[in-house]
Amino acid sequence: MTRLTWFYRLASPPTSYATAGRLLPWFAVPAFLLLAVGLYGGLVLAPKDYQQGDAFRIIYVHAPSAWLSLLGYSVLGVSAGIGLIWRMKLAHALAAAVAPIGASFTFLCLVTGALWGRPMWGAYWAWDARLTSELILLFMYLGYLALRSSYDDLQRADRASAVLALVGLVNVPIIHFSVNWWNSLHQGSTVLRAGGPAMPAAMLIPLLESFAGFTLLFAAIACIRLQAEILNRERRPTWWMDSAIKGVPHD
Amino acid sequence: MSTAVTSLPAVMALVFARECRLAFRRWSQLAQPVVFFLMVTTLFPLALSPEPALLRSIGPGVVWVAAVLASLLALESLFKTDWDDGTLEQWALSDQPLAMLLLAKVAAHWCLSGVPLALCAPVVGYALGLPMSALGTLMGALALGSAVLSLLGAVGAALTLGSRRGSVLLALMVLPLAMPVLIFGARATDLAMNGDAPDAGLWLLAAGLIAAISLVPLALGAAVRVSFE
Repeated sequence: MTRLTWFYRLASPPTSYATAGRLLPWFAVPAFLLLAVGLYGGLVLAPKDYQQGDAFRIIYVHAPSAWLSLLGYSVLGVSAGIGLIWRMKLAHALAAAVAPIGASFTFLCLVTGALWGRPMWGAYWAWDARLTSELILLFMYLGYLALRSSYDDLQRADRASAVLALVGLVNVPIIHFSVNWWNSLHQGSTVLRAGGPAMPAAMLIPLLESFAGFTLLFAAIACIRLQAEILNRERRPTWWMDSAIKGVPHD
Repeated sequence: MSTAVTSLPAVMALVFARECRLAFRRWSQLAQPVVFFLMVTTLFPLALSPEPALLRSIGPGVVWVAAVLASLLALESLFKTDWDDGTLEQWALSDQPLAMLLLAKVAAHWCLSGVPLALCAPVVGYALGLPMSALGTLMGALALGSAVLSLLGAVGAALTLGSRRGSVLLALMVLPLAMPVLIFGARATDLAMNGDAPDAGLWLLAAGLIAAISLVPLALGAAVRVSFE
């Protein structure tokens, strides 16, 4: 039990607010550096693809957002589970903070996928397995946000939406499998990328940099949103006034 | 207290019987989803064309989409009256596990809404020009699929209990989760229609049903308890 003291302390609003604030620069600064280097390397320095030309460069935004859309739902589901099981308010606040970010990256992934599809498939949209799964994931985020906003009472909103997030988390792999199955029966094969040739380093390294950069950016935005979420939930207590007005550290 | 009545299976049977009795006292509510199902499937030939080849090719999809929407419609009022008059609260206070009582309730709901849909499906399928050989598969797949839909939708219905509810909210939550059911069911019907073996889709539906029966009662119990807070 004593070993978990730091965990319980972290869960108290003042500590978690301060921790999120302290972590923020550690996420934000490397995020902007990595994104600058990675995107410059990807969008300018990397050679053209012999088949796709410059159009392939959208992968430097598209692939990281696809990864973050899934990461976002995992964080959402896991923190919802923690909040539901241990009745931990911080976990619910984190779930509420992360959901819109995940939804935004899912949307970004769909938009960049559509822009990439125009030169590749000749159409903005094709019922490709990956795009369809991503669309369903966006619907799941929207359902979650809709349920959350339909409650006036914050505690109920937390717990009800947590149940939905957990059901959704169990469902994500099933949906992914079913969409792949559906697609494999309909189309001969997916058009591109599946088991494609290994990327040359000049393309791969910027991609890894932008993966890391976008992930850190996600974490940084999550910190900011978590702070806002905590303030919104703790409107009465005055600890944050102390720290804001007098600059008193509080932990 | 006699042990004969308080054993869990006996209580679940009582809940099941109660649900059936209540439902049969309100015939119209029982019939509405089925009528809705028939109406929606009528819209498609009117909107597209009465050409048999076209109807035949879209038939499985039309039947499935209509069935999913009809079962969503039936779910909306699943817990409403029991929640309003405090029945659910009494169940939660009783010494029987709430999750299992809710499972019995959903099972009754499936018998009263899912099974009629499955029984009507061959008629609709025939009208849309599906071959006789595919009608058995359609019925079986719809029976399995509507059971999964009832379970998933029940979670959604329970989650909207304490909220400012709207019927759109339930659809927004449940439809994305229900998409695998639609895919497996419609594909099984499609395969049977083209003379292929529909086993894969049916097995996947059955697997989904087993997973739903084992996991959904937990989520249902949690969701109903949230609504009491």
